[in-house]
Amino acid sequence: MHVFELGFVAAVLLAATPILYAALAGAISAQVGVFNIALEGQMLWGAFAAVAGSYYTGSAWGGVLTALVSTALFSVVLAIGAARWHADPIIIAIGTNLLAIGLTGFLLRVLFDTSGSFSPRGLQGLPKMAFLADVPVIGPIFAGQTALVPLAFVLIVAVGLWLKRSAGGLRLRGVGEHPDAAAALGANVASYQTWVTIVGGALCGIAGAQLALGNVTVFTENMTAGRGWIAVAAVMLVAGRPLWLPVACLGFGAAEALGFRLQGIGAPQQLTDAAPYAITLLVLVATRIRFAKRASLTTT
Amino acid sequence: MVSRASDDAADAARPPAPVEGVAAVELIGVGKRFGSVVANDGVDLVLRRGTVHAVMGENGAGKSTLMSMLFGLLEPDSGEIRVDGRPVRFGGPLDAIAAGLGMVHQHFRLFDTMSVADNVVYGAEPRRRGILGRAFVDRRAADARVRELAARYGLDTDPAAVVGSLSAGARQRVEILKALHRDARILILDEPTAVLTPSEVDSLFAVIRRAADAGTTVVLVTHKIHEVLAVSDEVTVLRDGRVTGRFATRDATGPELVRAMTGRAIAEVKNPGTGTPGDAVLEVEGLSVSDGRRDVVRDVSLAVRRGEIVGIAGVSGNGQHELVAAVLGTIDASAGRIRLMGSDVTRSTVRDRRAAGLAVIPEDRRGEGSAVTMTVAENAALGHHRSAPIGASTGIRRGWMSLKAERSQARQLIGDYDVRTSGEQQLIGSLSGGNAQKVVVARELSHGAPLLIAEQPTQGVDVGAIEAIHGRLLDYRAAGNGILLVSHEISELLALADRVLVMYGGAIVASFSAAEATTERIGAAMAGAAAADGPVDGVRAGAATDAVAAGAAADPVIDQGDRA
Repeated sequence: MHVFELGFVAAVLLAATPILYAALAGAISAQVGVFNIALEGQMLWGAFAAVAGSYYTGSAWGGVLTALVSTALFSVVLAIGAARWHADPIIIAIGTNLLAIGLTGFLLRVLFDTSGSFSPRGLQGLPKMAFLADVPVIGPIFAGQTALVPLAFVLIVAVGLWLKRSAGGLRLRGVGEHPDAAAALGANVASYQTWVTIVGGALCGIAGAQLALGNVTVFTENMTAGRGWIAVAAVMLVAGRPLWLPVACLGFGAAEALGFRLQGIGAPQQLTDAAPYAITLLVLVATRIRFAKRASLTTT
Repeated sequence: MVSRASDDAADAARPPAPVEGVAAVELIGVGKRFGSVVANDGVDLVLRRGTVHAVMGENGAGKSTLMSMLFGLLEPDSGEIRVDGRPVRFGGPLDAIAAGLGMVHQHFRLFDTMSVADNVVYGAEPRRRGILGRAFVDRRAADARVRELAARYGLDTDPAAVVGSLSAGARQRVEILKALHRDARILILDEPTAVLTPSEVDSLFAVIRRAADAGTTVVLVTHKIHEVLAVSDEVTVLRDGRVTGRFATRDATGPELVRAMTGRAIAEVKNPGTGTPGDAVLEVEGLSVSDGRRDVVRDVSLAVRRGEIVGIAGVSGNGQHELVAAVLGTIDASAGRIRLMGSDVTRSTVRDRRAAGLAVIPEDRRGEGSAVTMTVAENAALGHHRSAPIGASTGIRRGWMSLKAERSQARQLIGDYDVRTSGEQQLIGSLSGGNAQKVVVARELSHGAPLLIAEQPTQGVDVGAIEAIHGRLLDYRAAGNGILLVSHEISELLALADRVLVMYGGAIVASFSAAEATTERIGAAMAGAAAADGPVDGVRAGAATDAVAAGAAADPVIDQGDRA
């Protein structure tokens, strides 16, 4: 059983990337004090928009752009509702998630006269980085991937450094930690929350595009299948340290990839499908216990 | 004085105090009303450059409203504010900051997870050079700025320290640095000493003097007379939203200030002392309380006897609250014994303990002491609603309450304790702090429990209510009951207690009889053993405060959490 070959690493990256983008969206929202659980619905909308965009423009990158812009717009409801009108972000996010399922299914019928899944002949998927094929180590891992895969890691590091080092990042973190204090020092709290949530929407759009045009080239109803929720779990896991997101997401990616492998050697599919979710649950419980212990060490 | 009205007129007519200096800020006829309530009415206030101006008044006198208008948090309905002679109209605090004002709020507004330097420069960060660099904070310059300001004003601070780990005094220094970093020339300090140890107060006063000498105009908002006399140059006293007194501090006396604040002279309550105390009503032996990791109360033994008031002094968060909670039974003791009236209650429920003769005035008036969404009558009945006259412990009425009895009992308590309310059906949450506290005190004292625990009984209530509550506590003791009085106010303990115990780091570190107890001795013990022998005078207090801050940072028993 060649589970830990380079091909497995590639499979882990593939499974982790959509989660990574969504988790980055969730993490920056958390930094400004908006607990964003709409990642699942936004990612699903992004996947649909990517496929529709690619279909109409005839270009996979056109699909990515469609997903990015339209999911950013899709997140405006959450952004404005939570930041400006002080609605409960949880309620809006639940609405967003339900709306995404219904709306994508509805548009599938109205626009493409189909249901279940949509994969017309000639639908453009994202190009793979085949030019890397001959590079040792890198080749087997990245040659079959889209450019969005390495970009995810670059983005996370860049965002992490920006949050830590830049004036904008400092203000953004302050807004999340103590909004009143930040406002008293001139930070426009609602504006930070609004824009960060919208940028998060754009990131979820990329997550959906990678899922529907990178991992596969098809839109399937409810194809996110809980990946947005795993991203929420990853956000809670890293608790305000975005640079740890890759570790958490790769862990979940590994669980999913391992599931496929085990399925390949005859493990029951029901068990392997459940593996990422079961692992998510276990990890969350374990870290909560650890946090609880640490919290009692640092506060009185 | 013949009457309050003529008293007002006499004081208001007094010419401005003869203190020299250019006006940095002038408030002219400033007024503000909220609905039908007049918070400020025609207030004139002149702040001279390089002076310390105390703004005094009881709770609700209009100090906060006035300062909020000066700092741009509220807009005045009438009158004019001038800074450096020019009329200003602030749309918000940012305008005020731009005009050279800085305010240190009573509840700190700090980012606990960030460093001191990040907190100070937030919103006005020194940047690195270059097109890309301009987006980034120049951390070295930020640290240097904090060090430079700290050295100039004597605000000892480590720029790299994480704010959440600092003592209250150190956190306050960060707040002052924030204002100074923005070049505040007029610094408003709102009740700055409420959270400080006595030696921290001394070093704050040294900083205030130093800032004033360097040309900063300092406004000290307070209701503590000794602070006003110790540090200010001028005093303006507010009552009911109007100016009722202006003084040059060097000409002012404590009684004069009190009269301006309250409209009458207050007889200082003083424990008259009693004969010999009687039997012990509370005995605590070797009590420890753990928070799951370490002891927050360590091996405490004490006794309260009939006819005595035992005071517990200490900076907030040194185990006093946990000690009270363990005696009340809301948290478990990890070791030791608690006896009420001689019988062991270490494992008893709260209800059993209260039935055995325990009354408690809790520190958290709105959380534990009262139910803010319930009426005065219901609050007055709480805890005594099962027994006569309101409830019945036997018979067919068992489990049912007589609302008629509840109301009549409440009306009687309202009368006895002079609670200012529209009636017993008013929600307690809509009463002022002092009046709500009177309801809690009335309820707890009205059943004659032999042991009363009073935790910060006068915190946040005005001078008149303090006087009334102190009188009640002394009467309660004179009736042969024992009182355990927890207070952060040394003056309160000196006025009331027969013995004062000092808690530090969860343990009782000192015990003084009423004759031995002085502010200096108690204050030194409150600052912990390390600083107990240290200097407490203004000049060298910095060193003592450092020891406290360092001890506090190292000793997590002291609550550094931002409870605000």
